[in-house]
Amino acid sequence: MIEYETHDYDVIVVGAGGAGIRAAIEARSRGLKTALVCKSLFGKAHTVMAEGGVAAALGNVYPEDNWKVHFRDTMRGGKMLNNWRMAQLHAQEAPDRVRELEEWGALFDRTKDGLMLQRDFGGHRYARLAHVGDRTGLEIIRTLQQKAVANGIEVFMEIKALRLLRDSDGVVSGLVGYWRPTGEFVVFKAKAVVMATGGVGKSWLYTSNSWESTGDGQAMALWAGADLIDMECVQFHPTGMVWPLSVRGILVTEGVRGDGGVLRNAEGRRFMFDYIPPMFAAETADSEEEADKWYSDHTAGRRPPELLPRDEVARSINSEVKAGRGSPHGGVLLDIASRLPAADIRRRLPSMYHQFRELAGVDITAEAMEVGPTCHYIMGGVRVDAESAATTAPGLFAAGEVAGGMHGSNRLGGNSLSDLLVFGHRAGIGAADFASGRSGDVSLDQKEIAEVIDDATAPFGRENGENPYELHRELQESMQSLVGIIRTGSELDEALESLERLEERAGAVSLSGGRPYNPGWNLTTDLPSMLTVSRCTAQGAINRKESRGGHTRDDYPKPDPEMGKVNFVQRIPQGAPRSGGVCGTPAIRSITIGSEPILAMPDELQQLFEEAT
Amino acid sequence: MAEELTRAAVSGEVTMRVWRGDDGGGEFADYVLPAQEGEVVLDVVHRIQATQAPDLACRWNCKAGKCGSCSAEINGVPSLMCMTRMDSLPAGETVTVAPMRAFPVLRDLVTDVSFNYEVAKRIPPFQPREKTEDEVTVGGYRMQQMDVERSQEFRKCIECYLCQDVCHVIRDHEENKTSFAGPRFFARSAELEMHPLDVNDRRELLRRDQGLGKCNITKCCTEVCPENIKITDNAIIPLKERVVDASYDPVAWLGRKLRNRSKKSAAEAAATSPAEGPAAVQGDDPAHGIPGPPSRWVDGDDWVQDTDAPDAGTDPHTVGAPEGAGE
Ligand SMILES: Cc1cc2nc3c(=O)[nH]c(=O)nc-3n(C[C@H](O)[C@H](O)[C@H](O)COP(=O)(O)OP(=O)(O)OC[C@H]3O[C@@H](n4cnc5c(N)ncnc54)[C@H](O)[C@@H]3O)c2cc1C
Ligand code: SF4
Ligand code: SF4
Ligand code: FES
Repeated sequence: MIEYETHDYDVIVVGAGGAGIRAAIEARSRGLKTALVCKSLFGKAHTVMAEGGVAAALGNVYPEDNWKVHFRDTMRGGKMLNNWRMAQLHAQEAPDRVRELEEWGALFDRTKDGLMLQRDFGGHRYARLAHVGDRTGLEIIRTLQQKAVANGIEVFMEIKALRLLRDSDGVVSGLVGYWRPTGEFVVFKAKAVVMATGGVGKSWLYTSNSWESTGDGQAMALWAGADLIDMECVQFHPTGMVWPLSVRGILVTEGVRGDGGVLRNAEGRRFMFDYIPPMFAAETADSEEEADKWYSDHTAGRRPPELLPRDEVARSINSEVKAGRGSPHGGVLLDIASRLPAADIRRRLPSMYHQFRELAGVDITAEAMEVGPTCHYIMGGVRVDAESAATTAPGLFAAGEVAGGMHGSNRLGGNSLSDLLVFGHRAGIGAADFASGRSGDVSLDQKEIAEVIDDATAPFGRENGENPYELHRELQESMQSLVGIIRTGSELDEALESLERLEERAGAVSLSGGRPYNPGWNLTTDLPSMLTVSRCTAQGAINRKESRGGHTRDDYPKPDPEMGKVNFVQRIPQGAPRSGGVCGTPAIRSITIGSEPILAMPDELQQLFEEAT
Repeated sequence: MAEELTRAAVSGEVTMRVWRGDDGGGEFADYVLPAQEGEVVLDVVHRIQATQAPDLACRWNCKAGKCGSCSAEINGVPSLMCMTRMDSLPAGETVTVAPMRAFPVLRDLVTDVSFNYEVAKRIPPFQPREKTEDEVTVGGYRMQQMDVERSQEFRKCIECYLCQDVCHVIRDHEENKTSFAGPRFFARSAELEMHPLDVNDRRELLRRDQGLGKCNITKCCTEVCPENIKITDNAIIPLKERVVDASYDPVAWLGRKLRNRSKKSAAEAAATSPAEGPAAVQGDDPAHGIPGPPSRWVDGDDWVQDTDAPDAGTDPHTVGAPEGAGE
């Protein structure tokens, strides 16, 4: 059998994005032996790409703002499917978590009074996003990274975690993975594990996500007995680049619209005025004149429709393109050039300026950008307890994009970075408490470890098998065309069949080269999680026979009040058959789904919604 | 935009000469692919993986110049693969892609950059001043935009380490890695030094342990920085001035520091450093200890063109490298 090294910790955090590092800092500060494990180099996680800002009701620009308004915006943006308690804690704690970053060295842009400046984003009633130009994620990850180094947290970088391990009582007790640089296997024993592995975007063809977003955490949690919820709720961000093809999907920050950018169709019309939904009609401007006043003074007019929640804007763009009023490459036009002086654009949106100039040869201070929807974020994820971030699998905690509930069926921009900080912090406490309370030796099943290693290395023994890149491409095409922004029952059924065929083929991959830094192998070991979460999304989408937030069914175009009262919950029963694919993961057809009532909101919070309407 | 959109689709082929190997050696391999419009070098490397060499190793994450993972030497120039458009390179010529030379090769285009993470651990961390009464009331620190901008420039750094790669003090002198932090970390120290809230004094450490004196201001680092950080002018030169102040005139330094409260002594700062003590101090004569950069790097504008590719050898960096400047 292949040898492996073993490390022993109190708390292992899988994932070094904002959520993971924040969790590790908290666990470490409570005196626990803590390590971070991540797939790429430290400081490169997806969080680094976040642009527009972090939402927190600091009230620095609009003193009227407070947690209740933020809470209400978040719930309405999520079409009330959110875990209200998470949304409440998030709105209440985000300001402290953001200010704390400043104490750790972050330098946000300032107001005239010297406080953190806040910018407008879709769905937020007040200018609420603290930011650093359009590189807020970089500022946050660097601040957390430097704090983690200062706290002496050990970081195991470029390790791919394959499977969680449980002790004989079924408590999560560690994980097995491999070092990407050497291909050597490694086992971590831990009294508690925090999952903070981010999103799933790499299963779609056009996505703003990095290669790491392969749903490993959602899948590993599910395989270890945890529940997933609302996996059909995937956010397509309205503005991704569409041209050239090689950059299709790369994000264009919502900050462009927050700072005054408007959407036009090929005829030059600001078409968002044609798509204002009743739920937001009372607070949305219905003429260009009114909308334009709003930018300088939010009390002078109602909000421009370009700043409706993302699901609304993405669907509207989709409809314009379908109606034949799209831009030359199948998007629409995002115009900031005619709205702000060139110098302001370069100062407020430096990376957008750079990105378009370098990658598309477009000068955004002089011409419009071509944009269209891109797969961006998954609202669904691992089911967690709001207070402690505990999953339904004992010993396992989850925070950040991998966790579900906080954002309901649609996330507001800026609410992810704050989510990472609030629930990363809480998961760190939850895991630390669990680890401190766990007595006795942590024992692992050697046979299980051996099986995972055998399965992971099996493709090297095969010849003339499937090409993992080809399988990935087919998976992306299938998800893009069948489980995309607009869905329909028959196509979703087709997607399930195609996923099962791909699963079978994934078990027949053959590889050349060795294990050290072999991207073909790395991708092969990502396939089981991509297939698993794709299956969850398709299955959830079949069951949610309504349109809500990020989930739109052509055959059920309206929200159904009854469906709005349930979460779809997925799990894998004990003893489910194995897929025969790499890593011997449970067969995707063994994933079960059922509906459970959403948490009931207490009256005093319910009141906030009645007051508003 | 119209002009951009109607541009004819690219036709023909591209030839990529990519370094394949590991710490034991290797060679360049040529790959010929159909050309595609609007591609960056990283796209082509990905197509090689998908169609011809599934085990070709490279690092990348964001594909948008934001994460600093995909650093390599393209036609001899340290660059981000995801931000180098194929149509910015000489048409019809072979494109050479090699790993960064200053770091040991792990495999193919992937290098061992752990040196940088070790240096980062030795920099005394940020330490803010106390909040004023007013700040306690409002909950956050007050800083003016103008005062944060100087440090913000350095905080744009995406840690691609291209500046570390190009700096001759490390590139050509492996032994300096114990006594020279490199431009990335001078920028980091400058960021902290100019941070309106920070009270740690790192000047003595910079001089003694980080080898600031070994930098002879060639500006090569500034030229490769994809974030356009003026590392030499805005970080290194001001730091050098401050370090001189520290040695000779603490009063002048105090006057220079914008909102200086109670800067700590170097010894105290070192004590708050999380990692073990700084690396052993090497006999340093900052101004003269290090030979000048090889000719290729002196003339900042010229080296870019110096890419006539000789035969593929066992050293990924023989391409365009001056004679005798190998590993
Ligand atoms: C372009 C872009 C712009 C965005 N802008 C904003 C914004 O302005 N505001 C906002 O609030 N949100 C924004 N978002 C969303 C937000 O950035 C993400 O949702 C968030 O960063 C996710 O953070 P995370 O900590 O959950 O995980 P990530 O940052 O995705 O980190 C995941 C970590 O898990 C590790 N990992 C994954 N799988 C494994 C495995 N198998 N083994 C070991 N390690 C593993 C990875 O290496 C990584 O370290 C943006 C997203 C994108 C793509
Ligand atoms: S200016 Fe030259 S010597 Fe100094 S750090 Fe930059 S590259 Fe190195
Ligand atoms: S300073 Fe510039 S070149 Fe150096 S690591 Fe940072 S971004 Fe890269
Ligand atoms: S892939 Fe992120 S900088 Fe190139």
